[in-house]
Amino acid sequence: MSTAQPLLQLQHVSISPKKSPSRLLVNDVSFSIEAGKTTCVVGESGSGKSLTALSVMGLLSQQLQLNTGKVLFNDKESGVQDIALLSEKALQKIRGAKIAMIFQEPMTSLNPVLTVGYQIGESLTTHLGLKGEALKAKIAALLEMVGIPSSRAGSYPDELSGGQRQRVMIAMSIACEPRLLIADEPTTALDVTVQAQILKLLDDLKARMNMGMLFITHDFGVVADIADNVVVMFRGEIVEAGSKAQVLSNPQHPYTRALLACVPDAEGKKDLKPIDYAWLPENNTQSIGAVR
Amino acid sequence: MSEYILEANHLTKTYTQRSGRFGFGKSSVKALNDVSIKLRTGKTLAVVGESGSGKSTLARCLLQLQSIDSGEVIFSGKDLAKLDAESLRSVRKDLQMVFQDPFASLNPRMRVGDLVGEGLLIHGLGNAAERQTKVIAMLNRVGLTEADMQKYPHEFSGGQRQRIGIARALVLQPKVVVCDEPVSALDVSIQAQILLLLKELQQEMALSYIFISHDLRVVRHIADDIVVMHQGQVVEQGKVADIYEQPQHTYTQNLLAAIPGKKVVNG
Repeated sequence: MSTAQPLLQLQHVSISPKKSPSRLLVNDVSFSIEAGKTTCVVGESGSGKSLTALSVMGLLSQQLQLNTGKVLFNDKESGVQDIALLSEKALQKIRGAKIAMIFQEPMTSLNPVLTVGYQIGESLTTHLGLKGEALKAKIAALLEMVGIPSSRAGSYPDELSGGQRQRVMIAMSIACEPRLLIADEPTTALDVTVQAQILKLLDDLKARMNMGMLFITHDFGVVADIADNVVVMFRGEIVEAGSKAQVLSNPQHPYTRALLACVPDAEGKKDLKPIDYAWLPENNTQSIGAVR
Repeated sequence: MSEYILEANHLTKTYTQRSGRFGFGKSSVKALNDVSIKLRTGKTLAVVGESGSGKSTLARCLLQLQSIDSGEVIFSGKDLAKLDAESLRSVRKDLQMVFQDPFASLNPRMRVGDLVGEGLLIHGLGNAAERQTKVIAMLNRVGLTEADMQKYPHEFSGGQRQRIGIARALVLQPKVVVCDEPVSALDVSIQAQILLLLKELQQEMALSYIFISHDLRVVRHIADDIVVMHQGQVVEQGKVADIYEQPQHTYTQNLLAAIPGKKVVNG
């Protein structure tokens, strides 16, 4: 290839339950993410967007399997490796250190009986071997970086607001300076003003650390704010992919257009239109027909 | 018909918490601090604000689901806060609520037919056959079928459950419906369906809505008037178009500026 290998490349990834391998939950998904860029995966519930993200982390549940396809992660030290083929031990070295993830619901993903400082420090000790004063200093620096006073390191998650908890999650995820950050609806549970702050924070961190970001959302407003590239998924397949400008201003696939039409605008100028599935092929089990 | 169907004047509500060492201390939060709103007949009044602004407390206090400390809620010439339990119950037929979480607000052990018909039964409206006819008609209207009456809530998707919640509120043919974040738990595609359904039903049944929401994009589409709440107080109120185009209060301006994708949507 003449161009440089991207940071992450999904090639023809298909996911199905182990018990019924013919039922594809994610069907032939391919896209790539470059360092310093954000790719948004957009879709409704059940479109396979979260499964796709989990497969990048090697975190698919026991009942699921990666049928076919490669998840190529380009790492400076070890070169390009297929995450799907790595052992659990090798995966643990990557998770948290090279690829980190932020989950949707900060209350359920933080441990309520440990201080947030301890939880941020866990991956620093595991991956970088930090201890004692150096660890404390690094935790304080991370908290300050996400906009929480470092004195809150001794607080428990229930003593923080929803926005602060999500900031703690972000501090945890960026602790080891990962190359790739996966954010699964990180702002869905938050108020708009807090959401705006968190999006800004993620965007700044991405630029400062030259991270690649895989951002999962169902909100086109968020896409418009944060994305470089957009991938639209429907029933396990990619129906459209391209740059933000391309997908948002000139959507090609009827599903993308339908999905955009049901997003309310702040001006109240356009009429809301629920999705009309008339364009779907008669037999829904068929491929939907991607536009690329 | 008078211009305003529901009026709330100078509502206050204070929550007291035990605090301090061994809970001997007390701290109080003013959830509602001198809040006054007016709902125009046949219109939609949106109440917006962040979590903790008191908007859900307001909704519950309007329906007397929570007692208020002081103030009055006037509905058809009566102050709801002063009614005894018996007369309040008869008024409740006209005041219904659609809840936020369609997963938590439906009793999982009741069939949909019983859930929707429960209000009719409680208010003693019609005999069994008449009630059944009404329930079926209402279910059909919100896009469900007669066969769904025998099913349990867990057999439905989030959007369908919200339709059940709407049917349950509207089968009594209320005059005022308080919708507490009715679409915030739903996907954007389902959200559009439910918003349109609410709008259509408003036309057909001459309903007045109080619409609690934190999503200003949704509010723009459904509301006629708007009340902006912050820390238990109303900071701004008026017609939707006016507030969106010329927000006076800094807090409203901040809220509007935080709408994601504003640049693109406006462009």
